[in-house]
Amino acid sequence: MGKTLAEKILSAGTGNDARAGDMVIARVDLVFIQDTTGPLTIKQFQASGLKRLANPQRTVVFIDHAAPSPTSTLSNDHLFLRQFAQETGAILSELGSGVCHQLVAESLARPGDIVVGSDSHTVTAGGLGAFATGMGSSDVAVAMGLGKTWFRVPESIRVVVSGDFPKGVGAKDLILHLIGRIGVDGATYKALEFSGAAVAAMSMSQRFTIANMVVEAGAKVGLFPADETTRKYLVAQGRGDDYEPLSPDGDAVYEQTIEINVAELEPTVARPHRMDNTALARELKGTKIQQVFIGTCTNGRLEDLAVAAGILKGKKCHPATRLIIAPASRQVLLEAIKAGYLQTLVEAGATILPAGCGPCLGLHQGVLGDGEACLSTANRNFKGRMGNPEAFVYLASPATAAATAISGEITDPREVL
Amino acid sequence: MLRGRAFKFGDSISTDHIIPGRYAHLRSNLPELAKHVLEDADPSFVSKVKKGDFIVAGSNFGLGSSREHAPLVIKMAGVSAILARSVARIFFRNAINLGLPVLICDTDHIDDGDELEVDLAEGTVKDLTNGRELTFGRIPEVMLRILDEGGLISYIQKHGDFKL
Repeated sequence: MGKTLAEKILSAGTGNDARAGDMVIARVDLVFIQDTTGPLTIKQFQASGLKRLANPQRTVVFIDHAAPSPTSTLSNDHLFLRQFAQETGAILSELGSGVCHQLVAESLARPGDIVVGSDSHTVTAGGLGAFATGMGSSDVAVAMGLGKTWFRVPESIRVVVSGDFPKGVGAKDLILHLIGRIGVDGATYKALEFSGAAVAAMSMSQRFTIANMVVEAGAKVGLFPADETTRKYLVAQGRGDDYEPLSPDGDAVYEQTIEINVAELEPTVARPHRMDNTALARELKGTKIQQVFIGTCTNGRLEDLAVAAGILKGKKCHPATRLIIAPASRQVLLEAIKAGYLQTLVEAGATILPAGCGPCLGLHQGVLGDGEACLSTANRNFKGRMGNPEAFVYLASPATAAATAISGEITDPREVL
Repeated sequence: MLRGRAFKFGDSISTDHIIPGRYAHLRSNLPELAKHVLEDADPSFVSKVKKGDFIVAGSNFGLGSSREHAPLVIKMAGVSAILARSVARIFFRNAINLGLPVLICDTDHIDDGDELEVDLAEGTVKDLTNGRELTFGRIPEVMLRILDEGGLISYIQKHGDFKL
């Protein structure tokens, strides 16, 4: 009987035949923390009695969530993280480098790796075929010290994606559509494994957008095959040696199969306060938006800024709407400068934030006022998410975000393309 | 045997409801952080909850972020166990890792304020207010052993490694 991607990677990680439902102890190839969950992780590590990191060169401390720090308490957390990295030999990723998940994708995760991070969006690296999943501080602390963790091998749901994306529709619309269809607990404890002709045709940026949001349906991991597109991406990132082809067996057993023809999709929006509360952008026309945010580990990559710049070129943001942009990494920032996207966006009225998480989690750099609505390219819209429980967060693609910034109300990007 | 009152919550209570990101600057000051537990779901919860009480929720409790601070502030509030129809994956593991039991059962017939008695060994919940008795699903063996040691960190202190 063949294996799913999840079973293949966990079998290799345990040296045994790992099948859905099995409990296994698996090797961890990469482990990381970030500045909001990292301090507790370090405290748990220190309390556990584990003295050393199992693999300092594959342990990373990211300062990205509150970067630069808005308060002295968070600055002190940053000091604590820097000190830990220095003492243990862990790699430190300083503020301005970018969002942990983007940097893991650009520089660290490899196809077939098992990746554990103290952040739920660790699943992003599934875009290049890594079994990457988020865990809490205790689990990550122990993984740092032991170089392994336990897993229940997940059942897999196969998502077969066909067709060509229509103009103005992209990966974000696909994943919002899927979450709307199966619900915020539609894949709890499961792996979502993506395949089909439309997946083969997808860029890495699109794959990362989709993998990033599988946790919004409760999934443990979202996996893409590692193929020629993956290889070219790794070569372009200067790490072609990290490539290893990876695909599920033809006779793998899936719990269920979901089929999506992207040619039938339309620009999609998740309304407050749940990611599965979806509607079509055109159905929400007239919904006033005070802030548009383009960025994050979901949609802060070069392709996303290119889409936004394409729509905003020669245009101005609506006077009642603020446009905030945070590139996902320093590499994205530099490439966006070189390509002229930032100039276009700034001319349209955008405010550019440092590479990092920006206002996504409500800590700084764009907290909403009472009754205000933000259309964001991020991944979560829970009540209070952007710093104010009296505010409203809509989630959508960079194209919908750019079109909305111009009109000041939720707008189907096909109207301006 | 655990005994306390039920604090009833609905479906999809997220980690942002439990401990919002806007309090991230308090994460290294746990007593201050804990004052905001479940603030965005029920602002009066923190002033009413007493040691031993239960959180009784609908489906998908704890969805969202991996922040272990979420079950931590619930535990610090004195909650002795979480009863829910279902629970999000990372939260489930985090709660057990802190020694906070999460019991999966049909919570529909438990009302806010009901007096409950939970027998962890027997796997039963008695609603002393309405007389109903429920059973909850078994916690996987590996998690039970972690729970028995009071959480993952004390488990590792004692054993130094995982055992399945």
